[in-house]
Amino acid sequence: MSDVLEIETDVLVAGGGPAGTWAALRAADAGADVVLVDKGWCGASGATAAAGTGVWYVEPDPQAREEAMASREALGGYLADRAWMGRVLDETYAGMNEFAARGRYPFPVDDDGRQIRRGVQGPEYMRRMRMLVRRAGVRILDHSPLLELLTDADGAVVGAAGQRRQAGGDYRIRAGAVVLATGGCAFASGALGTHVDTGDGTLAAAEVGAHLSGMEFSNAYAIAPAHSSVTKTAYYSYASFYRADGTVLEGAGSTRGRSVIARTLLSEPVLARLDHAGPAEREAMRCGQPNFFLAFDRAGIDPFTDRFPITLLAEGTVRGTGGIALASTACDTDVPGLYAAGDVATREYICGGFTGGGSHNAAWALSSGSWAGRAAAAHARTVADRRRAAVPAGGAGLRPAGGEGITAREMVREVQDQVLPYDLNYLRHGDRLAPALETLHGLWREARAGLADADPWRAREAAAMTAVARWMYTAALARDESRGMHKREDRPGSDPTWHHRLDVGGLDEPWTRSAALEVAA
Amino acid sequence: MIEVISEARCIDCGICVDVCPTNVFDADEHAHPSIARQSDCQTCFLCEAHCPTDALFVSPLSGPAPEGSPLRDEESLAREGRFGEYRGWIGWGHGRTPGSRNDRNQVFTLRLRALRPPEPAAPGSTTAEKEGPRP
Repeated sequence: MSDVLEIETDVLVAGGGPAGTWAALRAADAGADVVLVDKGWCGASGATAAAGTGVWYVEPDPQAREEAMASREALGGYLADRAWMGRVLDETYAGMNEFAARGRYPFPVDDDGRQIRRGVQGPEYMRRMRMLVRRAGVRILDHSPLLELLTDADGAVVGAAGQRRQAGGDYRIRAGAVVLATGGCAFASGALGTHVDTGDGTLAAAEVGAHLSGMEFSNAYAIAPAHSSVTKTAYYSYASFYRADGTVLEGAGSTRGRSVIARTLLSEPVLARLDHAGPAEREAMRCGQPNFFLAFDRAGIDPFTDRFPITLLAEGTVRGTGGIALASTACDTDVPGLYAAGDVATREYICGGFTGGGSHNAAWALSSGSWAGRAAAAHARTVADRRRAAVPAGGAGLRPAGGEGITAREMVREVQDQVLPYDLNYLRHGDRLAPALETLHGLWREARAGLADADPWRAREAAAMTAVARWMYTAALARDESRGMHKREDRPGSDPTWHHRLDVGGLDEPWTRSAALEVAA
Repeated sequence: MIEVISEARCIDCGICVDVCPTNVFDADEHAHPSIARQSDCQTCFLCEAHCPTDALFVSPLSGPAPEGSPLRDEESLAREGRFGEYRGWIGWGHGRTPGSRNDRNQVFTLRLRALRPPEPAAPGSTTAEKEGPRP
């Protein structure tokens, strides 16, 4: 179908997870006309909607705030920034309080009858965020993947184009400002809720000249039953890990011992049993994330008494920390008119080189979404001419340079072969990363030449995953040390000369450069 | 993956077609929605959560259930009380208390924080030297 839905608006938000919905809400609150496009369905898309998550919600008590900020600095390799952390803690506290009142979210209450606002359940959270966004007058286009950004003659972002999977045809939206909130990239690993997280926004941003940061911190892996998608690493802190013969796997654990599990899985099965959870914990786990138990109940497994095979599923930059670099807490990028929020943006400012838990990501999504939405609304007011000539910026997967090659599905499998194996991405070594990166460069050239697919959004996903994988390994090879979640077997230990951030960018020729730790808060 | 749309329970409201984040279902004017692209299913259980008549069943397997599996058999699943089970847990549906009222995620976040031993400071890291190792 060649129908094109043309829309003109103040602010376009791409992505309808937590960051996108907070951005849309704040932009609408600021008086902007807002359109939100989601690849799937705003309210069910992304890693949060399917799960339960803690939220980095800390009372404004100086000591509690100090402890909250200090607790993760070492884990993150001292790459986080206190000024940003403080602002995220402020914004998250205010945002969750507002959500309690305005969204009427049914938080649990403590013995004194006070709401406990340190966690949310994904389905309920995102259902209510969709409701708030709609009530604020935001126009939502579901099942409408972003394909590319539009720029004016000066290179400023002036809109985006995409595909309408259910309605048919394409859309072309002219906007005063665009907020990318398309999520991280988990390489279709099968980790819960991450099928839509394929790096589409990251590629689109790089095509208009934005750069990335922290892409070496992109190798988060989560524990799941081998048959299942359901990741909930927190619950495995109650587990013992075993070999197939029933002997205990020494050194294995859900946090520090995860690399032991990865190493063992390379050659033999690993089993788990949640044998340290007492009756109270078992009940609390059911209430925390009920779908965790669907995976067991329906497979006839009692996770507290049976040993069951496990796997590690890659979560890439969804629970890594790398993404689009920001210029300030307005969440502006290198490119005028372009803002980034949530997992598509780097979270190094508050996490350094390590995330792991959901609570920081949840706080980041709310805060960066709010800031990006407000700043985008303000920027849109300064854009006088909304109809000046616009050029589509998309390349790989959209505009073949010549010839038709493999299909998008085949390309995704080939990218997965380079980024999912534990001995390539998790247990890193320069001698293994370098040939993997070479293979990825070859795949990128194929993506440029053209994919044999009729469906643009699938071709675009494949191209985006290829691009993200290349930035990831380019940065991983450049950071000549171990820090945060980036552990190089050939470079054990941290090197003080590397106590800084690492920028990465470029399409056909990826580049890296050292970057200062200070970014305007 | 999604395996069953209950012939008996489905009222053709089309909500599953809307809410599926990976667009697995196709609407059909003259029949129940169909599972048109099962291989795109990410086993997130959200269609089950949103189905107002408890008509959907998502198997726990991240791949398709084998031919003849009870995970594909509506009668056997109904006997085991699988339809609507997830909605019951999250407290969606008329007259139910939202499951989020019983949420205990914060307990596990705190536990993780307590379990994670402080990492040795990065050798020679300027910040680490200045501020020292943390408790």
